[in-house]
Amino acid sequence: MLEYFLSFLILTGAIFTFIGSLGLLRLKDLFTRLHGPTKATTLGVGCLLIASAVYFSTYTEAISLHEILITLFLFITAPISAHLLAKAALHLDLQSIAKIPENDEVEESGTDAAIIDDIKDSVKESNPASINDTPVPLDETDLQKKP
Amino acid sequence: MTRLLPHPILTPVLTVIWLLLNNSIDAGHIVLGLILGWAIPVLTIHFWPETVIIRKPLMLIKYTIVLLFDIIMANFTVARLILGNPDRLQPVFVKLPLDLNSDLAISLLANSITLTPGTLSAQLSEDCSYLLVHALNETDPKSLIATIKQRYEHPLKEIFESC
Amino acid sequence: MLAISIQIALTLVTAAVVMSFWRLLRGPDTPDRILALDTLYVNTIALLVLFGIYLGSALFFEAALLIALMGFIGTVALCKYLLRGDIIE
Repeated sequence: MLEYFLSFLILTGAIFTFIGSLGLLRLKDLFTRLHGPTKATTLGVGCLLIASAVYFSTYTEAISLHEILITLFLFITAPISAHLLAKAALHLDLQSIAKIPENDEVEESGTDAAIIDDIKDSVKESNPASINDTPVPLDETDLQKKP
Repeated sequence: MTRLLPHPILTPVLTVIWLLLNNSIDAGHIVLGLILGWAIPVLTIHFWPETVIIRKPLMLIKYTIVLLFDIIMANFTVARLILGNPDRLQPVFVKLPLDLNSDLAISLLANSITLTPGTLSAQLSEDCSYLLVHALNETDPKSLIATIKQRYEHPLKEIFESC
Repeated sequence: MLAISIQIALTLVTAAVVMSFWRLLRGPDTPDRILALDTLYVNTIALLVLFGIYLGSALFFEAALLIALMGFIGTVALCKYLLRGDIIE
């Protein structure tokens, strides 16, 4: 009986994990893709972890409950990473099937553009080719400080 | 009292997490867990922005049960939508006006929205007046807002804020 | 019964890992790749837990917990970098 219950939990968990990743593959834009991993995968892995807790509690002498920690942790963190990813995608103006409503925060988007320029600059600086073109000021100041 | 035990809720939670992490309920681990559960809130008191007051603990338990049920339903909904034809989905962005004030309640609401059927909280406006919600397949934004307000926001307001 | 279902589950989760890896290589934009990485680590936790049941060893728990912690911090750090151009402000 227990074996059937465990098999059911494991298969459900694996199927949901699979469907979550399938959503990652099939759906068309980032915002819809975000739905798959945050929901399906969370419950899928949750089922697998509970199956593991039940398995180790019954097949060994000691009660094993620490899998609950990972389950709780995933349930708390999955929405946070999804929220941050959605924020980053909105910030970068990725294309979306759904119409993105016009923001009232005009001044904020102004500073956002400046930040994007900053990122581009820092990427340029980290590129070794561009470093060769222009001398890096940091080295000079370091040299001056040394004596 | 408040200096010696600044977070009465955090202490048992930390103790239980310590016991789960060690996977044992020996007396030694319980004592160590209690010491950690007491010391960590005392040492980190300055990092906590606001004290959490739960006004209705029973309501919180009921909310958790409703949320767990909705998470399971959400998984079946999203699984069906993923397995269906992706071209037929109608994703929309919805602006959800917020009535909540405390940071904790807003973040719990955002987490609940992400974990429940077909919706995902995408952005909080600067002045915390509305939340941008992305729905995977929704034709009636008004009823969606009404459902979220009645099912999640109202209980959270009662739990964490005085009405 | 249990052994067969674990093997089916291992196959399904491996397929999930392959699909998220495909999205990681293919993803048109950086957030897509971060999302793929995020899914990849959650799938890895599933794979480790299944392997733990398969071998009957509880040793894999610590690895799974560490992957959960580090994966979340990694996702948040990458998103922060995209949002602000800086990780620590």
